[in-house]
Amino acid sequence: MKAFLMYPDRDFDLERDLPPNEADLSSDLELGVLLRAMAGGDKYLFEVARHGLHSYLTSPPEIVYRQHVLADCTEQPEVVRDLYDVAVSAITEEKGIWGWLGRATPETILHRSRQVMQLYLGMFRRLRDITDAHAAGFRSEGFTRLFAMLARELDDEYLAEMEACIGELAFRRGTLISGRLGKGGKGMGYVLRRQPEQSWRDRLPGMNRSPGYSFVIPERDDNGMRALSDLNDRGLNGTANALAQSADHIKAFFGMLRAELGFYLGCLNLRDRLAATGMPVGFPEPAGPAPAGPSRVRLSARRLYDAPLALSLPDGTAVGNDLDADGKQLIMITGANQGGKSTFLRSLGLAQLMMQAGMFVAAESFTASVAAAVFTHFKREEDATMEKGKLDEELDRMSGIAGQIAPGVLLLCNESFASTNEREGSEIARQIIRALTEAGIRIIFVTHLYDLAESLHTQHDPAMLFLRAERRPDGSRTFRLPPGEPLPTSYGQDLYQSVFRTADQAARA
Amino acid sequence: MTTALQFSSILTEQPRQAAGRADPAVLADLNLDQVFAAITRGRDEYDLMPFLKAPLHDAQAVEYRHQILQDMQDEALSGALAGFAGQMRQMRKYLALSQELRYRYQKQEWFLEAADVYRDAVSTLAAALAELSPASRGFTAFRRYLADYTQSEAFTGLAAGIAKVTGALASVRYCITIKGSRVRVTRYEGETDYSTEVQRTFAKFASGATRDYRIGFRNPADMDHVEARILELVARLYPDEFAALDGFCARHASYLDATIRAFDREVQFYAAYLDFIAPMKKAGLEFCYPAVSADSKEISVRDSFDLALAAKLMPAASAVVRNDFQLRGPERIFVVTGPNHGGKTTFARMFGQLHYLAGLGYPVPAREAVLFLPDQVFTHFEREEDLATLRGKFEDELIRIRRVLDQATPDSIVVMNESFASTTLRDALFTGERVLGQMTRLGLLGVYVTFVDELSSLNEATVSMVGTVVPDNPAERTYKLVRKPADGLAYAAAIAGKYGLTYRQLKERLS
Repeated sequence: MKAFLMYPDRDFDLERDLPPNEADLSSDLELGVLLRAMAGGDKYLFEVARHGLHSYLTSPPEIVYRQHVLADCTEQPEVVRDLYDVAVSAITEEKGIWGWLGRATPETILHRSRQVMQLYLGMFRRLRDITDAHAAGFRSEGFTRLFAMLARELDDEYLAEMEACIGELAFRRGTLISGRLGKGGKGMGYVLRRQPEQSWRDRLPGMNRSPGYSFVIPERDDNGMRALSDLNDRGLNGTANALAQSADHIKAFFGMLRAELGFYLGCLNLRDRLAATGMPVGFPEPAGPAPAGPSRVRLSARRLYDAPLALSLPDGTAVGNDLDADGKQLIMITGANQGGKSTFLRSLGLAQLMMQAGMFVAAESFTASVAAAVFTHFKREEDATMEKGKLDEELDRMSGIAGQIAPGVLLLCNESFASTNEREGSEIARQIIRALTEAGIRIIFVTHLYDLAESLHTQHDPAMLFLRAERRPDGSRTFRLPPGEPLPTSYGQDLYQSVFRTADQAARA
Repeated sequence: MTTALQFSSILTEQPRQAAGRADPAVLADLNLDQVFAAITRGRDEYDLMPFLKAPLHDAQAVEYRHQILQDMQDEALSGALAGFAGQMRQMRKYLALSQELRYRYQKQEWFLEAADVYRDAVSTLAAALAELSPASRGFTAFRRYLADYTQSEAFTGLAAGIAKVTGALASVRYCITIKGSRVRVTRYEGETDYSTEVQRTFAKFASGATRDYRIGFRNPADMDHVEARILELVARLYPDEFAALDGFCARHASYLDATIRAFDREVQFYAAYLDFIAPMKKAGLEFCYPAVSADSKEISVRDSFDLALAAKLMPAASAVVRNDFQLRGPERIFVVTGPNHGGKTTFARMFGQLHYLAGLGYPVPAREAVLFLPDQVFTHFEREEDLATLRGKFEDELIRIRRVLDQATPDSIVVMNESFASTTLRDALFTGERVLGQMTRLGLLGVYVTFVDELSSLNEATVSMVGTVVPDNPAERTYKLVRKPADGLAYAAAIAGKYGLTYRQLKERLS
């Protein structure tokens, strides 16, 4: 029995390794905030969401398969939560059934397995009730198949058979156990041990004349019960083993159901949180990879925003951006400090990941070619282990990316190579951008390096797009990124004046 | 005339002042948090961090510590101190047992053990100090204190009590008879060892070595209720001996002298550092006692190195690069430029570390050093962006430097590392000029690591230091910083080549 809610033809594997750059993606794209919103405080859902988010589905039909399942979930959230509750109850109540302290014996294994099976029988009945009442309301291929399977495999006849089986395995007084008799009609293997004789002490002269004090410890003898229990266990061994193994198989089914439903439940949680911010969410339109070159690449969005940021802002005042970058191999983003460049970059990376996980995205609409993988190269704080300088650290990371990267990858760079001076940082970046874009890698690059942006802009390459963070004449920011050529300053002087003026005013106050 | 030599603390001659508390962020920036973690490792019980976070601002107080450390470099003295510390630690362990355990006689027996270890620790240290005659003001005063204390009624009375009770308890002998669930406790009457009876019985079968069937038992200090019951009965058999123990514990409940307890903790401030630097000295690195002043800002240092880096490089610490620097006349601030990974950050950290460590009264990592005792050390290092603050990085940096400049005095030290690197060259120059201008007006000492060459010749207070490279291999760094005008050569492209990231290399890697 398989759930098949995540893939049309295979299981959702929580043991699968996450991509090697998962830690980078997580810190650069603030995935923790997103995953926590999906988990809603549940550690298990967090792990499920984490694995689901890094699915990297590259086939549009597989993406749409999940979108349809998720759409069913959105329409009937209570039913999905009920199903999930059954799976969770099965797993957690099984854990709550006491086994044995210390060494297991066949008797304790059998006893516990019977209780577990009784529990699972109840859970199967609940699944059937949900199936009977609600299966007709689901339209997606994933759910239709799941409900059909539950109705078929857990029909009334089977549930009755299971109940009878558990009943027959009830503990019986006077369990009949076969055995062999040894010499003198005694059972084989029993060894009687004599307590060591202590009478030598009594024979010591003067023992009783010696002054002394005595006390008595309460006595118990468990040897007899242990022997009987041992005999009983020999008989029960094989049956207990078979029952325990079957219980484990059922447990795996509930575990899979829990994981796959858990992912969609996480999506519902996130959807609720985003809805509360007043920002839109929508299913993206995935396009296949574009082997024929940059002119076929699709990337466009309406009101695309950074979900983690929207979730941390008090009143959902996040700003959405539009983007039209079909056919673009390189997007350079320049402009004012704090103009929303990093935010925009994160929102793009996140939308790509979410789309390829079969999720909705934080945008009114989003259309994009699938990427083989998403890589990030963001500026970092200095390495506290002192082994490398900052530029070395950046180059080392880029070299690591170059070792894993392949055509079709989307690379997001945030202030890369700003740790050396502008002239040299620009030269390093230029060579890397040229080599990677020629190899079929798409790059979105946020930079202050005017020299770099300007030199690329003057090439007038139609596969390059230049965006610039807006700044009004009064110096304030709109946090929008319309197309615009690079300008030779980032308005840091405004910020300097504002910080030192505010502080002066505060000091005077 | 003993008042002049009155001993108060091995850390200071002065009555204790309210100690300044170093900012943890500054210690982290200078990697002193790593150094301090290494220094205090295995010494948690002494709680040394408060001392490490309270640098001195007075040259005489620093001199007091230098003398003590010089005395402790004598192996005989440091050995005696280590022995003393070990015994005091053992004493605390016994006292803890005495506290934790439940049964009365068990508690008292451990208390007696603790007192005996203390008596031995104090007598041994007093004898060692009398023989070694250390020269420092601190140890001279402490030696006198110990001599007086060991002659006092408090101490001699304690020693006499221990001798009496220990002797009495050592003479107690008893037997336990177990029959079924019955246990009988008696005085020992000369019964023979049953194991030797058994050996004699079967001696004629013995032949060579055989397997050891004995089971290893755990021996917890605690006892179960049966053992405790037995001990109670033994005590009833020997009432006089146990009454003596009872009396001893009541009489000497607070035997531990407060000054000796404080000494045991405080002397670890020195021992910890000497233990920390000993392997580095063995590896060929030099440390010196700096000449310190709270007035003169003319400083100079020869062959200095980053202590955290050297500790990390152990046992190959001699590979650490050493640097010289000096400030004369109106010079106040080193502006450091040059290639990446060229030792700039290390230089900045080293500068901050030297002054901080000098304030603690420690020998500093240098062959020679003349240093200033600052009122406070400030740092301004690059930080990672924090989504929670919702502020841009550059703005965050400006706010942080504003805070530093508001608190800094002419006697402060400010270490700035790659500040304002998140913005453009123009903005970094604009901001750097203003910040350096304000630092110069205060007249404070500092280091300013930057990629903006223009800042290195801003005014007469700035001194340009530049990282150097090996002439025939520009990608290799010497990590040596020299005093010369900034030359704008960072050789970044060469370093890109080292990582296989030039256009040509990448084309090959991706094909």
